[in-house]
Amino acid sequence: MSAVLAHAPHAHASISVSRVMASVMVALTPATLFGFWLYGWPAFDLWLVNVLACVTAEYVCLRIAGKPPAATLADGSAMLTGWLLALSLPPWAPWWIAAVGGAFAIVIGKQVFGGLGQNLFNPAMAARVALLISFPVEMTTWVAPSPMFSAGAPGFVEGLGITFGGIAQPDAVTSASLLGHIKSEFTRGLTLQQALAGYFDPTQAAFGLRAGSMGETSALLLAMGGLYLVLRRTISWRIPVAMLLGVALPAAALHAMDPARYADAALNLLSGSVILGAFFIATDPVGSPSGKAGQLVFGFGCGLLCYIIRTWGGYPEGVAFAVVLMNALTPVIDRYLRPRIYGRTLGGEGLDPKRARRSAS
Amino acid sequence: MFGLSRILEQLAVGWGVHPHPQKAPVAGLSIAAAPLASRFHVPLQQHIGAPGKPVVKVGQQVRKGEPIARSSANISAPVHAPTSGQVTAIAEFTAPHSSGLPTPTITIEADGADRWLELDVPPDPFCLPPEDIAARVEAAGIVGMGGATFPAAVKLSLGRRTRVQQLILNGGECEPYLSCDDRLMRERAVEVIDGARMMQYAIGAPELIVAIEDNKPDAIAAMRIAVEPFGDIQLRPVPSRYPMGSEKQLIRTLIGKEVPPNARPMDVGVVVHNVGTAYAVHRALRFGEPLISRIVTVNGGAVAAPRNLEVRIGTLVRDLFDYCGGLTQDPARIVMGGPMMGQQLPNIDVPIVKGTSGVLALTRQETPRAEPAPCIRCATCVGACPIGLMPLEIAAFIRAGDLNGALGYGLKDCIACGTCAYACPAHLPLVHYFNHAKGELAARERAKLKQEAARQLTQARSERHAREAREKAAAAAARKAAKQAAKAAAAAAATAENPEANA
Repeated sequence: MSAVLAHAPHAHASISVSRVMASVMVALTPATLFGFWLYGWPAFDLWLVNVLACVTAEYVCLRIAGKPPAATLADGSAMLTGWLLALSLPPWAPWWIAAVGGAFAIVIGKQVFGGLGQNLFNPAMAARVALLISFPVEMTTWVAPSPMFSAGAPGFVEGLGITFGGIAQPDAVTSASLLGHIKSEFTRGLTLQQALAGYFDPTQAAFGLRAGSMGETSALLLAMGGLYLVLRRTISWRIPVAMLLGVALPAAALHAMDPARYADAALNLLSGSVILGAFFIATDPVGSPSGKAGQLVFGFGCGLLCYIIRTWGGYPEGVAFAVVLMNALTPVIDRYLRPRIYGRTLGGEGLDPKRARRSAS
Repeated sequence: MFGLSRILEQLAVGWGVHPHPQKAPVAGLSIAAAPLASRFHVPLQQHIGAPGKPVVKVGQQVRKGEPIARSSANISAPVHAPTSGQVTAIAEFTAPHSSGLPTPTITIEADGADRWLELDVPPDPFCLPPEDIAARVEAAGIVGMGGATFPAAVKLSLGRRTRVQQLILNGGECEPYLSCDDRLMRERAVEVIDGARMMQYAIGAPELIVAIEDNKPDAIAAMRIAVEPFGDIQLRPVPSRYPMGSEKQLIRTLIGKEVPPNARPMDVGVVVHNVGTAYAVHRALRFGEPLISRIVTVNGGAVAAPRNLEVRIGTLVRDLFDYCGGLTQDPARIVMGGPMMGQQLPNIDVPIVKGTSGVLALTRQETPRAEPAPCIRCATCVGACPIGLMPLEIAAFIRAGDLNGALGYGLKDCIACGTCAYACPAHLPLVHYFNHAKGELAARERAKLKQEAARQLTQARSERHAREAREKAAAAAARKAAKQAAKAAAAAAATAENPEANA
């Protein structure tokens, strides 16, 4: 018998932090593999650099802080941060974008706050925002899909050249992302219909066969992964659903009022990082509220801010900004939107037994 | 697929967890009577309330069922001899508690004859006045057998006074590993229902609801037959979900009412009794037998032949393991009660008491013990908490030493069910934190009372001193004034005698 007495419970669910991280990675795998295939070897290289940068930065920070690195690295959180950041980058971005982003995410986004569980902002999105502000050209240079092994697609060695050598691919077609395209066409004075003519096909958008970030284009695969996480109860359904509504409701309302100016809900949901954001970014537990009502408010806020930024802001996409802003609101939301305690009112007052006695039954 | 219906149900209801039941194969075996031990250690405190007062002396012969301690307060319970024999000690003996501290205990050396005391069997209990039922339940030493051990008679008489509407018979048994209530309902359903009807009669409750978790189909079937002759008893299977068997959850699930903080179920018109308590009431009123035995589940991977045993109160845990073929390996933990809320025992030489539902010898594989990781604020605990608390926030306050912050987030509403700690991916010992903080608060409360008493004493003392000083001063002043007055009077008299002197 052990000398140290343990407190109840004497049983535990077969779950751990590393398992939570692992199930998120499993859920991300289909969309990630699709991204590798769609944008070729450079995408894979960039992903690898990103993950390695995050893991290395985590290791260095832990050593400096004098914490045992092995146990913390094994939880998989640094790898997941790198993975998520990679999915949000332009697939042919140079290696140093991934390296700087990864290091920023872990050092500034996470470790200076005290490590896992202590960070205020989602590390991957904080890094994405930092990169977007610092390197706007690299962060908004997109390529048209050139699926692996297809004619004209870069091979493994050319891929290394693109990622690490900054060698421009002569055949590569640079292309705007859908949201960037709409923004630039508006500046040319075109209407939405003219801008979208031959450019947007909802079915294609759902599958993700278009220019965009490495892992954000395939709404279908991302949503499948998200559903898997919801059913496993790794994430709650509230944040994704509220965020999608936060985008879809204002989009539908404004589209109904002025179809020439405002894209409809489907386009808004299927473009940019909304699906990735709703299921994988906003649901990052560390920076999101714990209560049910709080999660609904948080999710809806993420969606609404995203819609506002991409529609009227200076950037074509707003998911990263929206999530980071809502992260900052989380402590307030958690403080004021607590769950109702059994036997009490929402405000925390004890229910009146006499009334409880009369009610129900 | 992993029960889609269960996933959907979980998404809809939210609170609670589904630990692995671990009830088979023990729940499939009939109750076996434990052999008579040679010596019994019967603690005076086996219930919530004041400990019993011994009414026997060392060396005295007692018979089975004879009272050996009487109830000593309004909330207390008597204790009876589990067999016939001689009282050999009334002294401290290790309590069945994690602390391993001793508690006053009566030790009886069995004479092997197991002779009953002359039992007083009432005629039809339903012809007795309801108050008499409560009195007999009190005299039989019956306490809540589900583990809470609140004296049953108090709940009966208070229930009558507060005009309770519903009596709920709790056959939930949501703790994993345990099947003592399950077996009792399967094998003695008629007796359990008979006891429950007597309690209903004693309380005067119009409704009797029997609640059983739906993972016990055989118990439900047996109880259904037992309630058949009484058309007005509702048998209500409830979803299997920990902690469904907790009074508060059961009331909400069955009746839709919530018990406010600082109130009791009877304040909202409900009384909940365990099936084991109902069975004890049946024995007491139909046979005059006091509570001297109970069903105990002996289970766990380290037990050779786990089984439900009918055991005399005061039998040692060690004897129970011996009756079950002994231990096949050195257990990682010995637990009294279920794995979710039970206490780890430092020692197996402790007695079975009235509230012991199970004794578990768990192996290392059964007690996963990971080092706590940082909280990732995943809010699994918030979703699982049956009370609607935010365990992660409360734990953060406690770790920072801010107990008032923890109170503000509902620490006192915590029922210590262990659901949050069970589900926590970071393996944080959440309930441990909460119980530590509750203990710390209780200590502060005591210290404050003590301080307050000391302050009042000092204040009274200084007031007394001040009063004495005032009185002294007043007396001195009065004396002085009297002296002066006398002087003045003397002077006046002198002047009056020679009026010319001043002229």
